[in-house]
Amino acid sequence: METLETIKNLTMTQWSFYAVSVLTLFGALGTILSKNPIHSVIYLIMTFFSLSAHYVLLNAQFLAAVNIVVYAGAIMVLFLFVVMFLNIKDEAPELDNNKIVIGASIVGGTIGVILVAAIRLTESQKIDPSTYQIKTGFIETLGQLLYSKYLLPFELVSVLFLIAMSGAVMLGRKEKGERNF
Amino acid sequence: MENQLPAMPDVIAQVPLNNYVLLASILFIIGIAGVLIRRNAIIMLMSIELMLNAVNLLLVAFSSYRSDPNGQIFVFFIMAVAAAEVAVGLAIIVMIYRNIRSIDISLLDKLRG
Repeated sequence: METLETIKNLTMTQWSFYAVSVLTLFGALGTILSKNPIHSVIYLIMTFFSLSAHYVLLNAQFLAAVNIVVYAGAIMVLFLFVVMFLNIKDEAPELDNNKIVIGASIVGGTIGVILVAAIRLTESQKIDPSTYQIKTGFIETLGQLLYSKYLLPFELVSVLFLIAMSGAVMLGRKEKGERNF
Repeated sequence: MENQLPAMPDVIAQVPLNNYVLLASILFIIGIAGVLIRRNAIIMLMSIELMLNAVNLLLVAFSSYRSDPNGQIFVFFIMAVAAAEVAVGLAIIVMIYRNIRSIDISLLDKLRG
């Protein structure tokens, strides 16, 4: 009965937090458990959209937009393209192998217990509304920081992209003597 | 316009930070389990993306609760590095597929002594 009372007393914001969290975890579980890789990609896109909803709830609108553009827009299209390009048959024999699943559950469960035990020992401090900055996640705050304090890392990211691009091109090129099909 | 902004987002006043920490931990553990149970290289790469996103969520939550924009800049950089990583990772997977006609990583045991 008490849990029912608690559920009834949830505010709108708390409802949206729990609904989006359930959606996130459902998408994550679907990603690792579905047999067809295409379904995995679709579930992962769902997870990324619900993570963007979390960012909006946390008042980080810039990152919510970047998350959709970069992850759902660019990275997942790349994944989908490769899955379709390789034409993988939808079979996942490893999911029927109980030994692997039990071992993975034990490892995951152990890490989970350690994390939860550590989190329970911590105490989060109260937020003071008088010193709170509402504009933290706004694009002007982040832009000013990005182009002053973090200017060098920001420029180095472009070098990283250049190297990644040339690396991907080099890896994707067909080499002499390689098997054709 | 400036006066219409609320003092702080509703989530921060009504949802404890520990809920976000727990959610990110569960997401990270699902990613670890995915890397361990799947033998398909593409799905393993997607599980790694899940773990990266769990860390991103945690960084955004802490940054937002403490109203410190530095954490969100870090998330921005993590996203950039993840994009580069996926490009190279998928190129490697395509190369593996061209060579052995499969992306099952249990077939790649040539280094075993």
